[in-house]
This record gives sequence, C-alpha cells and structure tokens, in this order.
Amino acid sequence: MSEVKEREPWFSPKNIKLLTEPIDSKNPVTVLVLGICSALAVTVKLKPAIVMAISVTVVTAFSNLIISLIRNSIPNRIRIIVQLVVIAALVILVDQILKAYVYDVSKQLSVFVGLIITNCIIMGRLEAFALGNKPWPSFLDGIGNGLGYGLILVIVAFFRELLGSGTIFNYRVIPIDWYIKNGGFYENNGMMILPPMALITVGIIIWIQRSRNRKLIED
Amino acid sequence: MSLLDKIKSMDRNSNAYTIMYSSVMVIVVAMLLAIASTALKPAQTKNIETEKKIDILRSIGKADGVEQAANKHAFVSENFNKYIPEQVVVNSKGDTITGVVAFNVDLKVEMSKPIEQRNLPVYKAKLDDGSIKYIIPLRGRGLWGPIWGYIALNDDLNTIYGATFAHQGETPGLGAEISTHEFQEQFKGKSIFQGDSILTFTSVKVVKGGAAPNDPHGVDAISGGTITSKGLESMLFDCLAAYQSYFQKVKNSISHE
Repeated sequence: MSEVKEREPWFSPKNIKLLTEPIDSKNPVTVLVLGICSALAVTVKLKPAIVMAISVTVVTAFSNLIISLIRNSIPNRIRIIVQLVVIAALVILVDQILKAYVYDVSKQLSVFVGLIITNCIIMGRLEAFALGNKPWPSFLDGIGNGLGYGLILVIVAFFRELLGSGTIFNYRVIPIDWYIKNGGFYENNGMMILPPMALITVGIIIWIQRSRNRKLIED
Repeated sequence: MSLLDKIKSMDRNSNAYTIMYSSVMVIVVAMLLAIASTALKPAQTKNIETEKKIDILRSIGKADGVEQAANKHAFVSENFNKYIPEQVVVNSKGDTITGVVAFNVDLKVEMSKPIEQRNLPVYKAKLDDGSIKYIIPLRGRGLWGPIWGYIALNDDLNTIYGATFAHQGETPGLGAEISTHEFQEQFKGKSIFQGDSILTFTSVKVVKGGAAPNDPHGVDAISGGTITSKGLESMLFDCLAAYQSYFQKVKNSISHE
C-alpha cells in the first residue's frame, strides 16, 4: 500500500480522445442527433453561429466540471434539477457578461443565449459523462462536445450564408452585378434562409460523414 | 462530532438531506447571480445608453467613426453633445412639457398611453453647415419582438434627412434586414406629408414588390419579411402622427420669423 499510484498525465491518450471523438465519430449533432433545434435557428449567418458555438462550449465545459466536482454529494432523486440549476446559472452569467462586455454580439444573439439552457447536448453530457467521471476528463469532454457541435454549426452557417445571402461574415462574396435585378444571371436561394434547408444541410453532412466512416452506419 | 461530519454521515437519499441540499444550492446560486448582476449593471447601463446615442447619431449620418474609435463611450458622448445641442419633450398638442428629459423618456411606456397623455421627445440636431434637423424616436412591433428607430427630418418638417432602425430579434436575413444600410438609405428624401398648399399626413409606406422610383411616400418592402415591413410601416405612422401639431407649430414659428 506504500506505493503511490502513478498520476495520469493531463493529456493522456485517453483524455485526448475525449476531446477529438465528439468532433467526428461521436459528434453530438450528426451522430447522437442532439441540439438540432438550435442548429436550425442560429445558422442563417456565420457570426451568430460562431458566438453560439463558443457560448455552448463554455457552458458545457463548466457545467460538466461543476457537476463532476459535486457528483458524490448530489441526492439521486433531484439530480436533474441540480443539473438544470447549474446550467441555468451559467447561462445567465454568460448572458450578463456578454451584455456588459460585448454588447453588439449579445444583441445579435438575443434570445438564443437563453435557449442554451434547453440545448440537449449539455444535459446529455452531464447525465452520460460528468455524473460518473472525474472533473478533468469531464471538462475535456465538455469542450470536445462543444467543439463538435460548433463545427457543424459553422459548416451549416457557411453554406446558408453563402447561398442564401451571397455573403461570408457579412462581406459580399458574390458580386452585386451578377444578380438578375442588376442585369446578371444570379439569384440568392431564398430557401437557404429558412429552417428546412438547415435540416437538409445537416442531412447532407451526415451522409458525407457516414460514407467516409462506415462504422457509423446502423444495420 | 462536528456539523460537517454529521452532514457527511447523513443518508444521501433521505428527505432531510435532499431538502437541505436543494435549499443550500438555491441560496448559493441566488447570491452568486445577484452579485454578478450588481457588479455588471453599470457596464450594461452604459452600453445601453451609448447604443441609444449611436442610434440617434446614425439617423443624421454622424455615427460612422464609431467602430474605429478607441474609446467608444467617450467618442459617442462627445459627438452627441456636439451635434445634438437641444432636446425637448412635447405633447400631442405641440406644447413643450417642462421637467422631463427627452433622453430619459421610455418610449415603451409612452406608446401604451393614449395619444393625448404621451410625452413626445424631439432631438434637435445642428449639423456642421448650421442646418437644423429634427430627430423623432420611433417604437413599434415586428414579427418576434419590438422594433425601434430614429427618423431625422429636414427643417421643412416634411422631407426625411435620414433614418435608422433596429430590432430585438427579427429573423436574420429576412426581417432583420431593416437594420441594414441599404434598407435605411431608401428613406432619404421621402416626404411624410402630401399636397402643396394643404398638407395631409401620409407617412411613408412600405410597398411589396418594390415602390415606383418616383414615389415620394414609398420604399421597397423586404421580401420574406412582410410582417416586419408592415410593423415598420405602422410604427412610422403611429409615432409620427402624434407630432403633427408640433410640426405645425414649428413651421408657423419659422414662417413668422
């Protein structure tokens, strides 16, 4: 009993896996199909999508960390409520900080920040991971899942903004002379702005991902 | 046995433990949020105030340097004091109301009152060339939430010098287009009264499918943003209509000078 158990390195292969897996083979949006609702709502333009991705990553990482720290003291019967309180408190904090220091961005996101509370990824990770793991791996798992979610958001927003508005980060990519109203041949695809095309874009991403990684295909 | 040990030895699934746990948790979280809210309040209020000043300056085209300014708050308040030397509050009969600061009037409250009881703020802008513009604040309803804006009128109190609109949560790419430069640019030079000798109030209409190029009272609506466009139209009408007597009084006083 005298021998001290060797401490696991901070970035052991197992911990690295927690970070990278949710980005591809365990992606919360395309594989676990969580958080679809906000993927439809905030992906019309790139900028709100990116801020949303960062906010969700912060909230998932820290709620995972906090729940993991207090996991042994939580009474089992009210654990969902405890999780909700932690998530809601963090989201309100993020919202207040955005309002105080990056007012422009907070105006753009408006109601969507509050909707982070209802993002199923966060609660899903708390239930599935943080309640049974140590704080550090839980924190990494939160960051990984936030990034995996954010990646899909950014890809979808890129195509929706490009094809729906002809801009990237509000910067005009498709020349204004190309448009039919200016005597050209091009017209923005109005469908891209509406939620159904976001769903179809997510579908196409899932298709491409599964054709590359056959292990993901269910029987 | 200390209190902490007593708590540690409690049954995690007992009612007493659950109730105690949730009470402590709620108190801790409430305190944390209260502290955060109090600490961040001054910065947030300052942001909202600066935002309002930027909106007002934007309606007369004096907010262009804001993004480059090193200290946004200082830049905005300096320009605001420079270009907006006078603010007045009037009632629907056009009489000046004393004791109310125009900048502090909450339009949300005013718009819910009957028209006779409203405090109507007017910002008088003085540009570099000495010309006077009258800035009228607007507030109305879009599709998802409130929309607001400022409209600057030339000193004939008929033609529009500039306009700016903002919104809380209109659909990006659709209704949210009201806050773009392209949409607001259309309002320049439009007039809110019709007729030559006897003027009738008409406001500015938002025309679906595009306004005729020479239409002095119409601008293009936003395709896919019909409800926001309509909301903007009625916002313009409702807000400006309340100022008719004030406009008349100002015009009379100018022509008598």
